[in-house]
Amino acid sequence: MSDSTDTGPVLAADGSPLKQSLAKALRREKLRALALIAPLLFFVVLTFIIPILSMLFRSVENQIVSDTLPGTVAAIQDWDIDSGEAPDELVYQHLFIDLFNAEEAKEHTKLGSRLNYEQTGLSSLFRSSGRNVDDIGEAFQDPLEEIDPAFEEADFWYDMMNGAGGEGLLEERRGMWEAQEGDPLEGDVGFVPSQAMIDLLPWTTTAYTDFAIWTALVDEDVVAEEEPWEAVYGALGMDLRNPETVAAIADYDGPGAAQLQAVAANLDRLPETTFREAFAELDEDWLDPEVWGTISVYSPNYTPGYFLTAIDMKLGTDGVEAQPEDRQLYIKLFNRTLFMSLVITGSCILLGYPVAWLLANLPLRTANVLMILVLLPFWTSLLVRTSAWKVLLQQQGVINEILVWLGFVDDANRLILMNNQTGTIIAMTHILLPFMILPLYSVMKTIDPSYLRAAKSLGATNFVAFWRVYFPQSVPGIGAGSILVFILSIGYYITPEIVGGTDGVFISNRIAYHISSSLNWGLAAALGSILLVVVLVLYWLYDRIVGIDNVKLGG
Amino acid sequence: MSTLTVNVERPPLLTFTMPVVAVLGACFGFVTGNIFGEAWLGFASGAVIGAILAGILARIVQVRLWQKIWGTCALFAIVGLVAGGLGGLVGGAVMGLSMGWFGTWIGSGQYRAGVPIYYTAGQTLWHNIFLFICAFVFFFLIAPLIPVMWLSFNAENFFTFTPEMLAFQAEGYSLKHYREFFSGGGHPVQGILYGVVIGAVLGGMVQLLPNAQRGLTKILVYGVVGALIGVVVGKMWGVSGAEWMTPLKNSLIIAPFATLISVSLGTLAAIGLSQTHVPGRQAIMAILISPMIVPLIISATGMFFFYAPLGNWLQANLGLNQTFVGYVKVILAHAALGVPFVIITVTATLVGFDKSLTRAAANMGANPVTTFFRVQMPLILPGVISGGLFAFITSFDEVVVVLFVGSAQQQTLPWQMFTGLREQISPTILAAATILVTISICLLTTVELLRRRSERLRGMSPG
Repeated sequence: MSDSTDTGPVLAADGSPLKQSLAKALRREKLRALALIAPLLFFVVLTFIIPILSMLFRSVENQIVSDTLPGTVAAIQDWDIDSGEAPDELVYQHLFIDLFNAEEAKEHTKLGSRLNYEQTGLSSLFRSSGRNVDDIGEAFQDPLEEIDPAFEEADFWYDMMNGAGGEGLLEERRGMWEAQEGDPLEGDVGFVPSQAMIDLLPWTTTAYTDFAIWTALVDEDVVAEEEPWEAVYGALGMDLRNPETVAAIADYDGPGAAQLQAVAANLDRLPETTFREAFAELDEDWLDPEVWGTISVYSPNYTPGYFLTAIDMKLGTDGVEAQPEDRQLYIKLFNRTLFMSLVITGSCILLGYPVAWLLANLPLRTANVLMILVLLPFWTSLLVRTSAWKVLLQQQGVINEILVWLGFVDDANRLILMNNQTGTIIAMTHILLPFMILPLYSVMKTIDPSYLRAAKSLGATNFVAFWRVYFPQSVPGIGAGSILVFILSIGYYITPEIVGGTDGVFISNRIAYHISSSLNWGLAAALGSILLVVVLVLYWLYDRIVGIDNVKLGG
Repeated sequence: MSTLTVNVERPPLLTFTMPVVAVLGACFGFVTGNIFGEAWLGFASGAVIGAILAGILARIVQVRLWQKIWGTCALFAIVGLVAGGLGGLVGGAVMGLSMGWFGTWIGSGQYRAGVPIYYTAGQTLWHNIFLFICAFVFFFLIAPLIPVMWLSFNAENFFTFTPEMLAFQAEGYSLKHYREFFSGGGHPVQGILYGVVIGAVLGGMVQLLPNAQRGLTKILVYGVVGALIGVVVGKMWGVSGAEWMTPLKNSLIIAPFATLISVSLGTLAAIGLSQTHVPGRQAIMAILISPMIVPLIISATGMFFFYAPLGNWLQANLGLNQTFVGYVKVILAHAALGVPFVIITVTATLVGFDKSLTRAAANMGANPVTTFFRVQMPLILPGVISGGLFAFITSFDEVVVVLFVGSAQQQTLPWQMFTGLREQISPTILAAATILVTISICLLTTVELLRRRSERLRGMSPG
C-alpha cells in the first residue's frame, strides 16, 4: 500500500485532474457531434421549418387592409360598430385619399378580393369604386380651374407645396407607399412639403406628397412637370370645408396665396356634396353599415378570421358567429377526411394483419420472396399505382368490363367505383397497405412462436390462444402501422384528386384548390395549420408508442 | 410449424374429395352459366362436372400430379375454345388450371401438408382459408399493376381494352405509346460513345490514385456505367418542348442534385447523431425526421409561401436567371424531403458499427478524414446508398411540392403524369408508368442486395 499516502485527486497523463480532463474530452466530443449535425440542421430549418412557420404566420396575417387603407383604418376606430349607421364624413374623406392611392398602385382589387372572402360583393364594390374614384376629385378640379387657371399648371402646384420642414410627412407617406407596394422605395423625391402648407392645408399637402412620391419614384418623372392627381383637388376641397382653414387663407402670404384667396372667395362654386354622398353615388353599398363592419372587423394586422372560416365560423360585427348553412363545408370536409382515413386505416389493418402474420411465421427464405410482393408496390411510383386504379375502376374499366362480360352487371348499369368515396378508399388502401404490413411484420418477427404453442398445450383453443396471447403482443405493431397510415392518409392529395371526384376528396384537395385556383392563401394556410396540429398530436403519440428512432424502411 | 407434419393420407373420395371439388365446380359453373343467362343450370352442371373430375383425377394413379393439372387445363381450354372463341379459351384455361390444381390438391391430401397432424378438420379448414386470404391480399397488391403494363401496348388511344387486345390479335398491339414517350431529344448512340470513353478514362485515372486496387475489370465497370449515363445524357441533350422527354429531363436534373444534398449532409448528421453524447438528441431527431411525418400538402403549402419570396430575393439580389432559380427552389425542397430517409437508413446502419475500428485506425496514425473515408465509409456505404435511393425515389416520385414550388419550366415526369391523368390526355401515361415500374423493380433489387450485403458485413444474418 505504498500510494496510500497520496490523497490528492487522480491525475491524467498531462498532470491535470482526471475529472477535469474527462469533462474536457466529453465537451469536445459533444461539440464534434454538434458540428457534424449542424449543417443538416441548418439546412432543414431553412428549407423546411421556416416554410412551415411562414405558413402558420400566413394563417393569421392580415396586413393588407391596414396597408392599403391606412387612414381609413385609423379613422374607423372611432366609429361605433353597433350604431347601425354608416360612419361619418371623416372616414369617407380618408377613404377617398386611400382608395385613390390604392387605385394608382393597383392594390384595391387585391384588397377587394381579400375582403370578398368575408363578405360577398366587396370585390366588385372595390373594383368599380376604384375605377370611378377619379370622378369625385374631378368634381372639384373643374370649378377650381375655372376660378383660377393657375390650378391647371404643374409648376404652380409645385411652387406652392414645395418648401422645407415637411420631411416627417414625406417619410411617413413614403412608408405608406412602401407598405402598399411591398417593396422599399428609395431615392430622392425632389420635393419636400413645406411646413406652412402642412399647417394650412393638411389634406392637400398629404395628397400632393403622395402624388410627388409616386411620380418621382415609381413613374420616374419630375414632380414639378406633372399635373397633380384628381385626389389633390379633392383634398383641397376637403380643406376648404373647414372654416378655420378658410379664415387662415386670408392671412396667408406664401406662394399661391392669391389663387387660394380667390378660391376662398368663391367657395359657392365648389360642389357641395359631402364625400359620403359622393361615395354613395359611386355605389350605394358604401352606406351599408355591414360593409363598414367587415372593413372594421378585418382592419387589425392579425386576424383569427381565416381560422374561423376553416371551422365554418366567421367574425361578424357582433363577434364570432356561425357561417350561413350554404357556406358551411369545412367541418364536413374535416369529418369526411378523418372518417375516410379511419376506414382506410381499418381496411389496411384487416388486409395487412394476415399477410404480416404469414410473412413473420414462414421460413426466412420464403418470407423474403413474398416480401418482394409487398415491397414492389411500395417502390412503385405513386402515380403509376393511381393510374392503375383509374384503369381498373372507371366505368369502362377492367373491373366493370369483367363483371359485364360475366353477366353479373348489366351493361347499362355499370358500377360507379370511381369519382366517389369508394374509389378513394380502394385506391388508398392499396397504396398505403405496405406502410401497414412493414411495421406489423417487424413487430411480429419479435414475437416468440413458442408462446402460442405453450398456450395451446395448456388447453387454449386456437382462437383463445391467438386472442389472449398473440394479439396483445402484436398491438404495438398495429399501433405503429395505424398511426403511420392514418397520418399519411389525412394529408393525401394526388390519389383523391384523381379517383375521388367531388365526394371522395380530402381537406388537402381543398387546400390545393385555395392555393392554385381561388388564391385564398390565408385560408389555405389556416386549413393547413389545423391539419398540421392534428398530425403533430399523432406524431407525438407515435413517438410515445414506438419512438421515432424505431421507424424502419423496407423491412 | 412444418416440423410436426408427416406424410399425409388420401382423404375418402366419395365423402370428401368429390363434394369439395363439386363446390368449386358449382361456383365456376354458376359464373359460366351466368354468361349465357342460365346461372342455376350452370351451377348444377358445374357441381356434377366437378364431382366427376375429382373422381377421374383420383382414379388415374399412374399419371404425375402436374400432368393431371395441365391435362385438365388443356381439356377445359378446348371446351372453352369451342364454346366461346378466344376469350373462352383463356377463361377455360384459367378455370381448368384452378379445377385441376384444386382437384389434385384436395384429392391427394396435400391440403394437410402445411398443418400439424393433430389439427382437427375445422382447424385445417381455417388454416387453408387463411392462406387463401393472404394469397388474395398479395393478388390485391400486385394485380393492379398488370393491366397498366398490358394496356401500355394498346394500339388505340384508349384507356380501355379493345376487342383486338382481348383476342390477342397482333393489330391490337403496338409500341406507339413508347415511341411517343421517347419522341424528341438527342442521339443516345452518340451519348453511349462519349459515355464509354469518359467512363473508361475516369476508370483509368482512378487506378492512378495511390493505394488503388489495379485491374482491368474496374476500367470495364467504369466504362459500362459511363455508357449507361451516356445513353441518358445523349438522349436528353438539347431536348426542349417534347411532351415527355422534357419532363423526364427535368426529373433527371432535379432528383440527382436533391439526392446529393440530402445524402452528403444526411450522412454527416447521422454520424454525429450516433455519437454517445449528443445534447438535445431527441429534439434534433424530431426536427430532422419531420419532413417525412408532416403531410406533403402541408410542406408544399409552407414551401409555396416561403420559396416564392426566396426566389424573388435570389433573382433580385444575386442576379440569377429565373429558370435557374426555379430549379434551385425545387432541388432544395426535394432535398429537405429526402433527408429523413437518409438519416433513418444511415443511423440504422451505424447501430451495428464497431467503434473500435475507428479507434484502431486512429491508433495506427490515420487522421479523422482518412479514417472516415477508408474505414467508416466502406462499412456504412450500403446504408448510405439505400438511403440515397430512398431520397432519389422521393424526389423522382414527388408531385405536390413541385406543383406548388416549381414553374412550368420545372415540370417533372410525375407532374406531367398527374396533369395527364387529371385531363386524361393519352395512354402514353401508361407507357411512362410501365417504364417507371421497370425502374422501380431495378431499384428494389439493388436495395435488397445492398441490405443483404450490409447485414452480411455486419454479421447480422447468416447468408
